Amino acid sequence: MLLLMSPWIIGFSVFFGYPLVMSAYLSLNHYDLLSSPRWVGLANYRYMFHDDPQFWTAVKNTVIWMVGIAVPLQVLFAFGVAVMVARVRSGAGVFRTIFYLPALAPPVAATLGFVYIFNPATGPVNNGLAKLGIQGPLWFNDPSWSKPSLILLSLWGIGNTMVIFLAAVLDVPQHLYESAELDGAGPWQRMRWVTLPTISPVILFAVVLGVIQGLQYFTQAFVAAGVANGQATQAADVSSASLGYPLDSTLFYPVLLYQWGFSNFQMGYASALAMLLLAVSFAVTMVIVLNSRRWVHQTVPR
Amino acid sequence: MRRIAAAMVLAGAVAVAALLAGAARSSSPTKLTIWVGWSAGNELTSFKALAAEYDRAHPDITVNVVGGITDDKIVAAIRSGNAPDIASSFNSYNVGNYCGSGGWIDLAPLMAKDHISASIFPPAPRYYTQYAGKRCALPLLADDYGLYYNKTMFKAAGITHPPRTLDELTAFAKKLTIRNKDGSLKRVGFDPFIGFYENTPERWIVAFGGKWNDAKGHAILAKNAAWTKWANWQKSLIDWYGYKNLVRFQAGLGDEFSASQAFEAGKLAMNFDGEWRVSFIKHEHPTLSYGTAPMAVDAANTNNYGAGYINGTIIGIPRGGHHLAQSWALVKYLTTNSHFLAQFSNDIRNVPTTTASLKSPEIKPDAHFATFLQIFGDPHSTTSPIMASGAAYTNLVQSFFQKWQAGQVGNLPSGLAKLDSQLDAQVAQAKGGGSVP
Repeated sequence: MLLLMSPWIIGFSVFFGYPLVMSAYLSLNHYDLLSSPRWVGLANYRYMFHDDPQFWTAVKNTVIWMVGIAVPLQVLFAFGVAVMVARVRSGAGVFRTIFYLPALAPPVAATLGFVYIFNPATGPVNNGLAKLGIQGPLWFNDPSWSKPSLILLSLWGIGNTMVIFLAAVLDVPQHLYESAELDGAGPWQRMRWVTLPTISPVILFAVVLGVIQGLQYFTQAFVAAGVANGQATQAADVSSASLGYPLDSTLFYPVLLYQWGFSNFQMGYASALAMLLLAVSFAVTMVIVLNSRRWVHQTVPR
Repeated sequence: MRRIAAAMVLAGAVAVAALLAGAARSSSPTKLTIWVGWSAGNELTSFKALAAEYDRAHPDITVNVVGGITDDKIVAAIRSGNAPDIASSFNSYNVGNYCGSGGWIDLAPLMAKDHISASIFPPAPRYYTQYAGKRCALPLLADDYGLYYNKTMFKAAGITHPPRTLDELTAFAKKLTIRNKDGSLKRVGFDPFIGFYENTPERWIVAFGGKWNDAKGHAILAKNAAWTKWANWQKSLIDWYGYKNLVRFQAGLGDEFSASQAFEAGKLAMNFDGEWRVSFIKHEHPTLSYGTAPMAVDAANTNNYGAGYINGTIIGIPRGGHHLAQSWALVKYLTTNSHFLAQFSNDIRNVPTTTASLKSPEIKPDAHFATFLQIFGDPHSTTSPIMASGAAYTNLVQSFFQKWQAGQVGNLPSGLAKLDSQLDAQVAQAKGGGSVP
């Protein structure tokens, strides 16, 4: 038995257990990566909550925008697209492929493409708007538009969630619709009382996954900031000064963590940030899962 | 039988010869690996060619140059025990991390043994290669910053000389700016937007003679009037263009390190830039008619005209290397040999970093570049403070002034006071949570 489990035990302890314990330990140390860690107690946490001028900005950007606003939009949009695609009678395969396709674009390439398309001066979107006599916004170059632009990017690449919703919607037993129809339920009532309860476990899955991805949102923000700032020709050369561009509006929590660990070389403090992220992810997921008992339809009695 | 014996003797002889050859090979050249940040165009090629010159003169070593290196790679390599024999970084701000941690070894004993005094380097590079008195690095060419102006546009506008004061700079900038019918910017006279190309607070504040810290190392950006004065001047020019107009204009400009850079492409009449642009223009737009000058200064600070901001490449020896003597000999050559410094400066048009090499007859004269040699030698030229928190220090200042130019800082004096306390807290944190060792 132990022998059979050993690959999992080794994998778990090397890639999960050890880093977790080390992070927890380093979060209580001053550690510059080159000299040995020095115990500082809770000083890193004190700096985090009291002094770090960017901490609360990063928290707000992440919690309000990438979780509070992006996740409901993503779930609604993916569900909406899935319902539409499920209704298509002819050429269903083509539509499914088209809506899924953006999910295959690597995040860095997709972000580069978006920043280019939405370039305020030279991009096709604003040029098109200009032809209609509208002056387009500054998109990734304006602090009030940069996060909506990133959310637009995330909606465009929603294919994975859409496919899962599609499978769930197609899986709703037809006889439920038929009996609802016999009882005089209109399309809206059928959606509200048949489709939604049946697929509610999938909605829960999409929400939990969305929240965790929202809390870990990094790649697109990192690339978009560097490229929109005009400081990077390749995504890899993003300089530390352009993280969060414009005006810290794309400074999400993982970007802040990256900045402290790999650009400022303060791994002790970065570990403290990581521990908080772990605690918050865990807490938020617990709240959603516990709360879900009220609205997720259970087929198996508890 | 005899044949077999002969064959065996022969085989034995071959084996011995092979062993000897092997032994000879193992005592032959020591391989020294050197990591450098240069990667673009002729810069890495030139460094490799000059390293090969050293290689040929020293049969006991071979030099292996690796380009395109960044600080995170250096730190990771030192941690894993696979550091190169010699490492160099573009980011002098991080010298605090390398010296303070012992990641790069202390060079003072080696210099003392060879009777090399740090005073052979001008004050700014001497300063940004040490941290808290510990010298773990030496300068390997430097950058300084000045004004580039387009002579054709100056002539068309009837302007006869580069601006010497910021009032002049402002007047010229407005005169040289061209707007489209819809009010958007077609050509900008001068763009002082923080975060655009080389515009950063640390490079600008020299024009006002600003100070960063008091004797105890606390930030004094609120108390030192220069910062307020600069901030107000900068914002008034930004507002004249219109903040959003400038952002839109900048988004349409070419990449800084490409042939479509805005000054080279004629979209900026004047630009604040580093000395390396001389070489870029020579390769990319040889017919561009332009001039270089020190950056204009505040009217109350005119005796500082001619000075500029300096920083540069640093080089050192990561801990754990096996060839200390040879590594040090090469570092010494790369940082103190006038012939090497002059040749490399000719190739990549960065400023040579010893007082002797600045006057080397080997430096090819070039009127555009001469301006930057003068700025480098000016006694009022300065660099930014080397703090325990490294690049995060100047980044925080930059981030404040980016909010300021966007109109997000309501009250400047209280904003600056808050910035000062944030800077002090950041340094205390970098030293280990307030408990300064």
